[in-house]
Amino acid sequence: MAEAELEVRALTARYGAVTALDTVSLRARPGEITAVLGANGAGKTTLLRAVSGLVRGSDGSVLLGGRELAGAPAERIARAGVAHVPEGRGVITELTVEENLRLGELLGTTRRKRRRVHRLDGVYEMFPALGQRRRREANSLSGGERQMLVIGRALLSEPEVLLLDEPSLGLAPRVVAQIFTLIRELVDREGLTVLLVEQNARSALSIADTGFVLNLGRVVANDSAAALAADAELRHSYLGF
Amino acid sequence: MQQFLNVTLGGLAQGAIYAAFALALVLIWRATRIINFAQGAMAMFTTYLALVLIESGQSYWTGFAVALAGGLVLGALVERVVMRPVEGGPELNAVIVTLGLFVALQALAAILFGATFQSFPAPFGLRGFTVGGTTIAFTPFSVFVIGSVVVVMLGLVALFRFTDLGLRMRASAFSQEVARLLGVRVGRMLTLGWAFAAVVGSLAGLLIAGGNLVHPAYMDAVIVYGFVAAVLGGLESPAGAVAGGLIIGLALSYVSGYLGSELVTLAALAILVAVLLVRPHGLFSRVAERRV
Repeated sequence: MAEAELEVRALTARYGAVTALDTVSLRARPGEITAVLGANGAGKTTLLRAVSGLVRGSDGSVLLGGRELAGAPAERIARAGVAHVPEGRGVITELTVEENLRLGELLGTTRRKRRRVHRLDGVYEMFPALGQRRRREANSLSGGERQMLVIGRALLSEPEVLLLDEPSLGLAPRVVAQIFTLIRELVDREGLTVLLVEQNARSALSIADTGFVLNLGRVVANDSAAALAADAELRHSYLGF
Repeated sequence: MQQFLNVTLGGLAQGAIYAAFALALVLIWRATRIINFAQGAMAMFTTYLALVLIESGQSYWTGFAVALAGGLVLGALVERVVMRPVEGGPELNAVIVTLGLFVALQALAAILFGATFQSFPAPFGLRGFTVGGTTIAFTPFSVFVIGSVVVVMLGLVALFRFTDLGLRMRASAFSQEVARLLGVRVGRMLTLGWAFAAVVGSLAGLLIAGGNLVHPAYMDAVIVYGFVAAVLGGLESPAGAVAGGLIIGLALSYVSGYLGSELVTLAALAILVAVLLVRPHGLFSRVAERRV
């Protein structure tokens, strides 16, 4: 079981003169899905990129099970057990499906202290569409299949924390429901810590345990998913449903 | 007919060398979007290392091995020390740095090894095989040239296709950001990429030098032909580089054999311009079709 809590303290990130994240603090617990919601430009993607080390020069603290990750290069943060599934662009299209997955597996084997839970065969069982195309270039996959590929690859890296950026983007509602159900099952079974960034607030809150709402780089609300979903004013002002 | 055979065989052997050199350019271009104009100078430098050892009484093979190992070290050093500070910046900066390195290495070689022509030995005979009573322009050394280029290419294919290291290197070349998110030490992969490319470049330098004269600028023409070969192959594809090298080798050999050797450089330039006009993404590129 992965039992690492992710804690972000007063994280601030700037793009030139623009402050994309303004002293954001949040906590994501193992075995829970923590949703990060908000409109376009609220800073959701920047938050994930700052946590995974892709945005450098941010201030503040990122703690994984009490260990400081802020300031470390992205590859070291990945090796520490943070799997970032970036929005839309996470597939290396020039490589085959299996090569993409192998990269996740390689990262998993470098993280020896963690027991291997996932295997290539298991991912193909979970996503039969990938198994049928394992020797094809990832280029040939549909949007939903690409999402399956990056999630499967993240699982093979045996992470403690899964950062998911808009996994529903551009997918048919049926596929979204399927992927969300899968994420929920994984969290319940393995005690993963999941930070789920979504514009589709309604479906994100339906599987999340807790949620944070960002607006213009600041946390404007933090409550249980059920309470956030029930707050009519919040829904109207920030969540759009 | 016999001349055609001779010209073709000679072209193939030369083409194999251009292929190796183009491959070195492509390896670096794929990983860093930099054309390494210092590739020829680096190869010249390691070839001089081999020459110094051979002249001090060591065997050809010791010199050969040291030159390749020297290429590995030189490539890694160049990436770490010279290129790393300009990586990620404007691409022109990196290009200017490679040009500066090219000039600096040539000047350094002239100081250390002298600016005169020196003859470089060949490990195998330079007399053509005799077939049916006539001597053809294909020598034991040509066999060695083609064989060693093939061996290096198969080695690279095996590395990239079948090893974890090769997979990590390809991931870094295609998408640095995703590779880093998957825990790949991209910086280390770039260093290794430059090192391997410099080994392949050094091999080209040694093969060009074999049985010929070397001086600090002897690789300059090869840079041009290797670059044309790489562009012909689309710059992206190692297989394209090899095919481009062979095509250039053959084409230049036919020009030299039938039209006159003084036209060779001009012909290379004409091929380059023609390719850039007609198929700017190379003869074998799929990107060209997609972008139309």
